[in-house]
Amino acid sequence: MLTGAGLVAGYTRGHPVLSGVDVEVRPGEVLGMAGPSGCGKSTLARVLTLLLAPWAGEVRLDGAPVRRFRHAAPREQRTAVGVVFQQPRLSVDPRFTLREVVAEPMLASGRAGDVADRVDELADQVGLTAELLRRRPHEVSDGQLQRACLARALSLRPRYLVCDEMTAMLDASTTAALVRVVNAHVESTGAGVLAISHDDSLLGVWADRVMRLAP
Amino acid sequence: MADLVTSSTEDSSVPSAGGPTAPAAWRSAARRRAGTPRASIGSGRAARLRWIVGAATLAALAVGAVLLPWLGGLDERVLDYAAVRRPPGPDHLFGTDETGRDLLLLAFAGLRVSLLVAVLCAVVSTMLGAVVGAVSGAVGGWTDRLLMRLVDTVNAVPHLLLGIVIVALYRGSLTAVVASIALTHWTTVARIVRSEVLSLRQRPYIDAAISGGASRWRVVRRHLLPAVVPQAAISAVLLLPHAVWHETALSFLGLGLPPHMASIGNILGDGRDAVLLGAWWIVVLPSVLLIVATLAVSGVAATWRDRLVPRRRSELAL
Repeated sequence: MLTGAGLVAGYTRGHPVLSGVDVEVRPGEVLGMAGPSGCGKSTLARVLTLLLAPWAGEVRLDGAPVRRFRHAAPREQRTAVGVVFQQPRLSVDPRFTLREVVAEPMLASGRAGDVADRVDELADQVGLTAELLRRRPHEVSDGQLQRACLARALSLRPRYLVCDEMTAMLDASTTAALVRVVNAHVESTGAGVLAISHDDSLLGVWADRVMRLAP
Repeated sequence: MADLVTSSTEDSSVPSAGGPTAPAAWRSAARRRAGTPRASIGSGRAARLRWIVGAATLAALAVGAVLLPWLGGLDERVLDYAAVRRPPGPDHLFGTDETGRDLLLLAFAGLRVSLLVAVLCAVVSTMLGAVVGAVSGAVGGWTDRLLMRLVDTVNAVPHLLLGIVIVALYRGSLTAVVASIALTHWTTVARIVRSEVLSLRQRPYIDAAISGGASRWRVVRRHLLPAVVPQAAISAVLLLPHAVWHETALSFLGLGLPPHMASIGNILGDGRDAVLLGAWWIVVLPSVLLIVATLAVSGVAATWRDRLVPRRRSELAL
């Protein structure tokens, strides 16, 4: 279980974006999170993916309290929570090919095994052809890039996945395809998902539970 | 104005002609777009002329520097006291100096040494600046503040003065000259690299890398350093002409290379008194060679900068 209790976080001293939020992402479940712009959805996503240290409150990962964040967090904790951001364009290094983008976490965490095979398998799951894997970010569309970002997030088989407005930039069919990929991952691994979106109709069909953040 | 109008219509036609399968078209379009407002600097006939003239001059100088000693079987170190202070003529195209050395050969030998010193200075100071800037930007906090105050301190002291102190401490030698120039010119690169790293650090792809288990060092090695290479390389090349002049100034003051090493600065320093005896060519002709060489280097460097920077922008698809 990935939980946050009484989370307070922000970027400017004295102006917290989150003030005392409780959240609980259970294994095998898609938790939807809705709320207007500026209510702290993305900030909560950054805290739960251990990328932003909260000012107060506690994050627990499968019962173990998380005390350090970003680089200071143990690699096992960081890689246990996968993340997909809203803007695929800004979420990949412009110098990498899509193959390198997907392979990078496996290389960075020193996972044994055949990385190339795993990349092909992931590309197949998210619907990327071998030809697309050879291209660089400026040579593919937003949808194709977001597929690569999802493949990257799933590459280490994370126990939790945070999708921060993953489909906001995408058309309906790509949205449906990516949601199916995430659902398949949940079914096969029993992972817990936090799906952040401002699209209530999407959360209505995708999420098992929906939580609302007040502005 | 007319230029701006035509280029904007060209730009609007690009997406339909290009699309995701035509990255080359995007790239050239971005380059054109970035170059247009500064047409006289970044693109067009003037820039092409600057590039061609600069490159051709550099090539001619390089060929001259390599081939001249071979052609006449001459050595710039040969003293000929029967031909002291000869004006330029068929035997000696640049004339001879106070000890009868052929000035053309001497000046080219000096240019070779000057360019060697300049390249060493540019490489050393750029690497130093890149490391300081990257550490400053990536680590932040007190380290950043300390390093930036160090940059301010180095900048606050006149470069030539600091250079003279360093040379005075370690005697005139190639190493001392390179050190004195490199240790005073890394600050610009450090600032550029630091600001680049600071803005890159905020990108979501760095967050994604951390989430993927990348260590601090891996983020620097895989994402930050490759991103600052183009900027650092441009700074290094733009530093070349400046370093040539610094070396010349130090040698002219008698604080640079040892007297037996030919360098433009040494030639000018030695020729100072000869000017009073009417031997103007000892000072003028090597100076002209130096000016031509530095102009050629900076012309090529500027063209390279203009071509490299817009391409990076289009890779980011901004």
